[in-house]
Amino acid sequence: MKIMVVCGNGLGSSFIMEMNVKKALAEMGKTAEVDHTDLTSARTVQANIYIGAADIVGQLDDGSRTIVTLENMMSIPEIKSKLETHL
Amino acid sequence: MLDIIMNDILGTPAILVGLFALVGLLLQRKAIAEVVSGTLKTVMGFVIIGAGAAVLTGSLDIFGKMFDHAFNVEGIIPNNEAITAAAQSEFGTSTALIMVCGMIVNILLARFTPFKYIFLTGHHTLFMACLIAATLSVGGLHGVPLVAIGAVILGLCMVLFPAILQPYVRQITGSDDFAIGHFGTIGYFVSATVGKWFGNKNKTTEEIKVPKSLGFLRDTSVAVSLTMVLFFIIVALFAGRSFIEAELSGGSNFIVFSFMQAITFAAGVYIILAGVRMLIAEIVPAFKGIAEKVAPNTKPALDCPTIFPFAPNAVIIGFLASFVAGLLSMFLLPVVGLKVIVPGLVPHFFTGAAAGVFGNATGGRRGAMLGAFANGIIISFIPAILLIFMGELGFEGTTFGDSDFGIIGILIASILKAFGAA
Repeated sequence: MKIMVVCGNGLGSSFIMEMNVKKALAEMGKTAEVDHTDLTSARTVQANIYIGAADIVGQLDDGSRTIVTLENMMSIPEIKSKLETHL
Repeated sequence: MLDIIMNDILGTPAILVGLFALVGLLLQRKAIAEVVSGTLKTVMGFVIIGAGAAVLTGSLDIFGKMFDHAFNVEGIIPNNEAITAAAQSEFGTSTALIMVCGMIVNILLARFTPFKYIFLTGHHTLFMACLIAATLSVGGLHGVPLVAIGAVILGLCMVLFPAILQPYVRQITGSDDFAIGHFGTIGYFVSATVGKWFGNKNKTTEEIKVPKSLGFLRDTSVAVSLTMVLFFIIVALFAGRSFIEAELSGGSNFIVFSFMQAITFAAGVYIILAGVRMLIAEIVPAFKGIAEKVAPNTKPALDCPTIFPFAPNAVIIGFLASFVAGLLSMFLLPVVGLKVIVPGLVPHFFTGAAAGVFGNATGGRRGAMLGAFANGIIISFIPAILLIFMGELGFEGTTFGDSDFGIIGILIASILKAFGAA
């Protein structure tokens, strides 16, 4: 299982989300490879789930990718509830 | 032996940051495989930044020559990544030391003062450390005083800027969970203030229809390529075919040449971003882990896009208003005798969008528009004024883009001048 967190630059907010996703996974007792990158690179990266703000990861949605959008990137409960169905 | 340690190991910034990552990983008791790969990747990140700088400076130089020939004034492309990368050959060691010591000062301030913020936007910490290292060096400081004073200034920036914004961040997010740690603070603060004075927060941007088609500009590589292609070709048309083909392109067609130079610049930025990502990948989690242990009950201060989902329309409106202000400023700057700051889509997207969200929180639609417009003026004029002070550094063609870098740089340089240091 690989989870890719995406933002425009692949530096700040995706990095914070990655740490939160890892925390959420640990609380759920799940393991997965989690990484973060920018939108350009994300198009060529293989992952099972892509996570980010709606306007960012929406651009990755080609019908075949699994996309998870976050409203509050800092909310562990939100990350948990949205990831749950895909794990 | 001491000489090797002092000059070759500690004097090589790539190795220095690798050592910091190593210590951070060991403190977190990571597995040996993670320690080895994390340390190596941090060193590699620094090397990649240098490689990106080499790609980008050539096209920056050509842009400068074309701009000068076309308009008889200097044209500057503000880009934090570019200037930080270019500065690393000269200020790499002091930047790395100020960055890590500044993080320690941040933790101490969060532990012992009412400013309970931990600044987690690692790339901005790096850029600010570079700005401080460069301005203090120009002011004549070096060695231990340079690092010590630099670290205190950086640590203060890392708690005070988030603190200034926090009342408005609470209005945006409706909670007190996190702060904004992004060195565009002055622009956001002015935007929120403008919104409060001139706007009406009940008429929010989120009730109007905004075309989502501009969303593709959130992709930094696309945004940089697009702006650079547009500006390169416009400037090339003014500079003229004969000049470019005779002096710069070695005979190849001036439009094709300009297009390729623009994409080369964007490629350089992409490389630098990849390097910065690797450089901070181990340092930021270590910093966060240590901070949570030493200074509990602190708030994380995060990169500006974390507030974008709270007002997606304000993001687009803010970007457009800021960019329009940037375009107007481009024509105003030479009139008042300053160098021309070419408005980049990236700084206007990130800081303009965030300014829009702040302006909307205090003043609705009008707040978002006027506030972000004010931000656009600020990030055009402040970098131009900063250039007056940074002139002696010999960083040609580029400068720091976001507002706080300029403000801090101008403050440091003026204070040192007042003491007669420079």
